[in-house]
Amino acid sequence: MKNDRGDIELAGVCKSFDGATYVVDGVNLKIADGAYCCFIGPSGCGKTTILRMIAGHEDPTVGEIVIGGQNVVGLAPVQRRTAMMFQSYALFPHLTVRENIAFALRVRGQSKADRLRAADAMIEKVRLTQFADRLPAQLSGGQQQRVALARAAITEPRVLLLDEPLSALDEQLRVQMRQELRRMQQELGITFIHVTHTQLEAIALADLVVVMEQGKIKQAGPAREVYAHPHDRYVAEFMGGQNVLSGRVEKVNGSSFTLAQAAPDGIEVPLLARSTVSVGDKVDIAVRRDDVALVRPGKDLPPGCTTSLPSRVLAIEYQGYFVKVMLDTVPDDEFVAYVPEKTFFADPFTVGDVVMATWSTGSALPLA
Amino acid sequence: MQSSSTPSRSDLAGWLYVSPLVLVLVPFFVAPILVVLAASFFATDGFGGLTPGFTLASYVEVLHSALTLKLYMATIKFTVLTWIFTLIIGFFVAYFLVFHVRNQLLAIGLFLLCTVPFWTSNIIRMISWIPLLGKEGLINQALLGIGVIRQPLEVLLFSDLAVVIAYVHQLTIFMIVPIFNSMARIDKKLIEAAIDAGASRFDIMRLIVVPMSKSGIALGTIFVVSIVMGDFFVVKVMSGGGSASVVSAFYEDVGVLQYPTAAASAVLLTLVLVAIVSLILRTVDIRQEITR
Repeated sequence: MKNDRGDIELAGVCKSFDGATYVVDGVNLKIADGAYCCFIGPSGCGKTTILRMIAGHEDPTVGEIVIGGQNVVGLAPVQRRTAMMFQSYALFPHLTVRENIAFALRVRGQSKADRLRAADAMIEKVRLTQFADRLPAQLSGGQQQRVALARAAITEPRVLLLDEPLSALDEQLRVQMRQELRRMQQELGITFIHVTHTQLEAIALADLVVVMEQGKIKQAGPAREVYAHPHDRYVAEFMGGQNVLSGRVEKVNGSSFTLAQAAPDGIEVPLLARSTVSVGDKVDIAVRRDDVALVRPGKDLPPGCTTSLPSRVLAIEYQGYFVKVMLDTVPDDEFVAYVPEKTFFADPFTVGDVVMATWSTGSALPLA
Repeated sequence: MQSSSTPSRSDLAGWLYVSPLVLVLVPFFVAPILVVLAASFFATDGFGGLTPGFTLASYVEVLHSALTLKLYMATIKFTVLTWIFTLIIGFFVAYFLVFHVRNQLLAIGLFLLCTVPFWTSNIIRMISWIPLLGKEGLINQALLGIGVIRQPLEVLLFSDLAVVIAYVHQLTIFMIVPIFNSMARIDKKLIEAAIDAGASRFDIMRLIVVPMSKSGIALGTIFVVSIVMGDFFVVKVMSGGGSASVVSAFYEDVGVLQYPTAAASAVLLTLVLVAIVSLILRTVDIRQEITR
């Protein structure tokens, strides 16, 4: 009986190519069956190596990889029932679209009629019918990507692994193909694991976002959680959309603490259940860029705001539905406010203006 | 638009670009062929004297001779045998170097090792077979020593076998190099993608590596076929005079001053080779594969 469960568990997975440095260093992770999981991190963080280990193109130095309840370490990709979509697609240049897609069935010994029928059905699914007899070189980037997807999906794998599938495409096509990937995943109902270095791609697609750095998982969780509640400075900065400030704890009072900063009264930060801080600790906090409001000096702060930092406007970028205002609020870190377009143009600032950057106390997030 | 306004200048530049090649090819390639072509239509007095004119007598003689067919059969036999062995050996050596030697430096080192035989002259390489294959040679002595045979094998040296061995020894490198070249350009990701699809090692070779090495195989084939068909020296030395080839026959003609028949045979052989090469080029678009 076939086991169709595509849930994956990585247990203590390490990988070293030279025996000295670990590109993947003790990764533990559970991915639910039928989930869309994105690994994200800078190049060299080990995300592709993890993907290749799940695919069976690399063996872990230590650790177990369990797919559908079975340890698959040492098994060939076919036995794992995984399929991989390679970066830059690795389509067979001498075979037509149809032959490329039918390749896996061909080497499984299916008759020509059967495999071509199956390939044609898959070609229709990825809307390439009119290109079935072309060679890969005669297709556009987006079409090649669909061929690669179809070629990987035709064996009905329980896990589909995608190595930076959108990186070879231009911006517009990327957004379009992103939706197509999601549509295919829902249609096939199988686990997708997608490696990317683009934050937007990860949070747009994934049920589970895994942020990596130097072979370790920094945070894994639903897209919204990773974006809105980053664990630490690295995740906050990597996922973007957050201002990270650091300072020493000045006083702790019940449900909040105060961070010493350039602000006259310090910065008040709510205390989370998980964090324990004491006076004198150095703490990082994050404030979402779209939570920051800018007020002219001397004006009243919006309700709920107890912190206001005097800043000078360094630069202004119009982004369409919002305006990106860069400030010199904190000495070493970037500090940016995303001001809604209408709010900004009701009373526009110019570069050099002094403003008060403020946010409601509840939206400051202490980081680990 | 610009090129049309200064056509003469761009034409001149084009001619300048090709002129070095033309300067070499015209006197050393085109002219000799034209001389041979002309000589094939001349009459002879039988003592080396040529009478300019136009007669097809030499062609009639060559084409009517039963010997011609026999010589072509012998040459084609050598060619086919040599081609098969050089192709098999060349393909697998290249395959090993490209796909199994992980260390790039080691691969280059092994590749250079393949060229070592070419540091010595062709003649020495042929002569060096004698102590190995001869009546008193290593192989015969070894076989006698372990009692497999009672009499030394005569077939080893000065035979068709010896001719093929010498050809294969000489020409395998001409297969290795172009096949290595085309294989080296196969993206390793394609092999991984094939493994991912469940292809066995044999499937990968049959469905990916061989089709993608086609241009190298075709180039190597052209080298080997044209060299073997155009050779007489190896046949002469390694067969001990027992076998002949097309070229060795018209070499004899030259020896007895029958220049027009020799020239006619040469022209005929050139046409046969051109036909073979164009057949190969028709099946494999080398130009397109190389520029891909």
